[in-house]
Amino acid sequence: MVRALLALVLVAALAGCSAGSTAYSSPSADSITIGFTAPPANLDFTRTDGAAIPQALLDNVYQGLVRLDANGAVVPQLATSWTVSPDRRTYDFQLRPGVTFTDGEPFTADTVKFSIDRVRTDWTISLKSAMDVVDHVEAVSPTHARVVLRQPSNGWLFTMASRVGAMFAPNGVGNLATTPIGTGPYRLDRFNRGDSLVLTANPGYWGPKPAFARVVLKYFQDPTALNNALLSNGIDVISSVQAPDSLAQFASDERFTTIQGTTTAEVVLSFNDAKAPLNDKRVRQALTYGIDRRALLDTAWAGKGLLIGSMVPPSDPWYEDLSTVYPYDPAKARQLLADAGQQHLTLRLRIPNLPYAVDSAQVIRSQLAAIGVTVAIEELDFPAVWLKQVFTGHDFDMSIVAHVEARDIVTFGNPKYYWGYDNPAVTQLLADADTGTPEQQIADMKQVARTINADAAADWLFLLPNLIVAKRGITGIPPNQVGESFDLSALGKS
Amino acid sequence: MGKVLMALLRKAAVFLLTLAVASLVVFAFMAVLPGDPAQVALGVNATPELLAQTRHAFGIDRPLPVQYLDWIGGLFTGDFGRSYVTGDAIGPQLVDRFEVTLWLVGAATVVAVLVAVPLGTLAAAKHRKASGTVVSGLSQLGAAIPAFLAGIVLVEIFAVSLRILPSGGWTPPDADPVAFLKGLALPALSLGLVQAAVLTRYVRSAVLDILREDYLRTARAKGLKPTQALIRHGLRNAAVPVVTVLGLQLATLLIGAVVVERVFVIPGLGSMLLDAVGSRDLIVVQDVVLVLVAAVLVVNLLVDVLYTVIDPRLRRAR
Repeated sequence: MVRALLALVLVAALAGCSAGSTAYSSPSADSITIGFTAPPANLDFTRTDGAAIPQALLDNVYQGLVRLDANGAVVPQLATSWTVSPDRRTYDFQLRPGVTFTDGEPFTADTVKFSIDRVRTDWTISLKSAMDVVDHVEAVSPTHARVVLRQPSNGWLFTMASRVGAMFAPNGVGNLATTPIGTGPYRLDRFNRGDSLVLTANPGYWGPKPAFARVVLKYFQDPTALNNALLSNGIDVISSVQAPDSLAQFASDERFTTIQGTTTAEVVLSFNDAKAPLNDKRVRQALTYGIDRRALLDTAWAGKGLLIGSMVPPSDPWYEDLSTVYPYDPAKARQLLADAGQQHLTLRLRIPNLPYAVDSAQVIRSQLAAIGVTVAIEELDFPAVWLKQVFTGHDFDMSIVAHVEARDIVTFGNPKYYWGYDNPAVTQLLADADTGTPEQQIADMKQVARTINADAAADWLFLLPNLIVAKRGITGIPPNQVGESFDLSALGKS
Repeated sequence: MGKVLMALLRKAAVFLLTLAVASLVVFAFMAVLPGDPAQVALGVNATPELLAQTRHAFGIDRPLPVQYLDWIGGLFTGDFGRSYVTGDAIGPQLVDRFEVTLWLVGAATVVAVLVAVPLGTLAAAKHRKASGTVVSGLSQLGAAIPAFLAGIVLVEIFAVSLRILPSGGWTPPDADPVAFLKGLALPALSLGLVQAAVLTRYVRSAVLDILREDYLRTARAKGLKPTQALIRHGLRNAAVPVVTVLGLQLATLLIGAVVVERVFVIPGLGSMLLDAVGSRDLIVVQDVVLVLVAAVLVVNLLVDVLYTVIDPRLRRAR
């Protein structure tokens, strides 16, 4: 109590003394502080869902057999190479020798078996279903692991680069929520719940030593607080700018540099394809012709971002620019509505209360008014209410949500998904793509993207940009957000 | 003695009854809040089977009265339940978060008192002069500013422009005392200065009342200077109404801290509450609200006790 009082008096003294005596120190030379938005609830991504945990830990503390490179390609990590059998069911991984976990355990084929088996037995998050396709894992030799699938699946290897493919030490899984044990370039130093996560370089790391011995991931729920932290030298990097309008204050300041990359987050104007009047393709196409997406992007997201035209970001191998298929054409839109007998249409646009959705909705309402469509906007609390009423309850005509997951085009193969798109040809193409050769996969996926675009199954407004602001001289920041991790290993300073 | 015991028992009964009513109200609110905690926890890939399993694991598939009694029963044994989102016990987290909020509220109170008592006294002593009028006017203005707005302005000045204090964040006092104090400075000032503005007006009127009292004239007649007389004989008497207001303000401070914590990214009860509402971690919301209610009640009790310390006459009156 006395100590507390003393401290409080000190605070008051500090508050009273004139400013300027002590400068707010910036981090030391071998340390870097990066600002993020959502803090992880704990450190166990096997049982707690959410993007924040793998963003901090995957590739940095935990590693998998494979990882995604900056362009979204699957490349070796703990596996040095792999081969696929002619029936595409058996994967033989050659493992990197001499790798140890931070608790001293060696990484071997037994570890691979342990980690993959454990997804089915101990994981609880819904992503664990990605391992359902695995029949069994064999440790052929300490540096040779064989994974046999029940049926061929190209998607499986891709998900092995996500958190589901992370390798765990058999004796290191006792307290995952607070004590992660991995093979990566960093290890956990301290986790201040709700505030920050401190990582230090792993002295026994098998790869090149990272440039920064200490990395602090600091969390700011409020975007303005995040921006202020960089402006006041409290952090060195903003991992993702949430409001593009705020970029101006950094652009005019010579201390900073801005990086713009891509993400896998398609901002989709979804249509309820299963319900009148949007079960009529002509109506959906009319709406798509009636929206000027370039103008929308300029207004809603300061012109940053990419027009895509389908559910494929440029980091997927089957990307094609389909953004010009429906040029802005109000006359054609009105004609299509007339053909469909829907000249006096009123639609409910039920959106999450998130900045990109709210801003986009305003533009859409005014643009669609020009083709005679009345749009009633309803903002719903996100995620709770939106998930319940729109996503699960299918109670909507249109909505706007950023679909952030990689390769989520597969949702168009599921007629029960909230947009209710039911096209057996697309479902078949998606299945063929997963089981076929990589060449066939690319061809089939291109066909899927073109088909849903031709059907106007939704209107892909734009792809969210990855906007990073950093202090000048910091190098190696991954420009694109294509996987689940924020890779710290290549960071450096010039 | 019997009277004191009766008074204590009555206070305890009111305390418990208020908490019980508060618990019912917050539980009812959570029950009608749209959104399914299981769905929010599992996200968009949830299957119906997994949803059902999760609802069962959370215990939210049971009838509402059973859930309520289970929650309240747990509280009596010190069990605050487990978070839906993380599965962790809530009790230890509440303690951690409450400590942070206490530092903030405590520091803000110190700021408020240190600013308001001298300024209020000055405004009263010089109430016919320009300096006193200026202080009165400024306090009127300050009382109208919300704490979060004060926070935004202070950040703009001290963090963004001058770069002498951090714009936010929290360092535990045991990790780095200097960083702790620096981080506490701006949020404590934002909360404290606004409260100081309110408090200044009460101090001023309390001191003004006392300046007119006979005993102060007597003290002056004995040869004390006006300042000496005021400090020796006046301030203690002025303290009773001021402590009452301060007690009421502490409740405001706790609520203000909820918002200010968000502005300054401080992991206290306020951030915990806002996060829990967003993720529909209903049991955490219930616990935090109840802790806040209990804290306000305890402050009121303490204010009652403090009266008797300041003014011995009130002891005899009971």
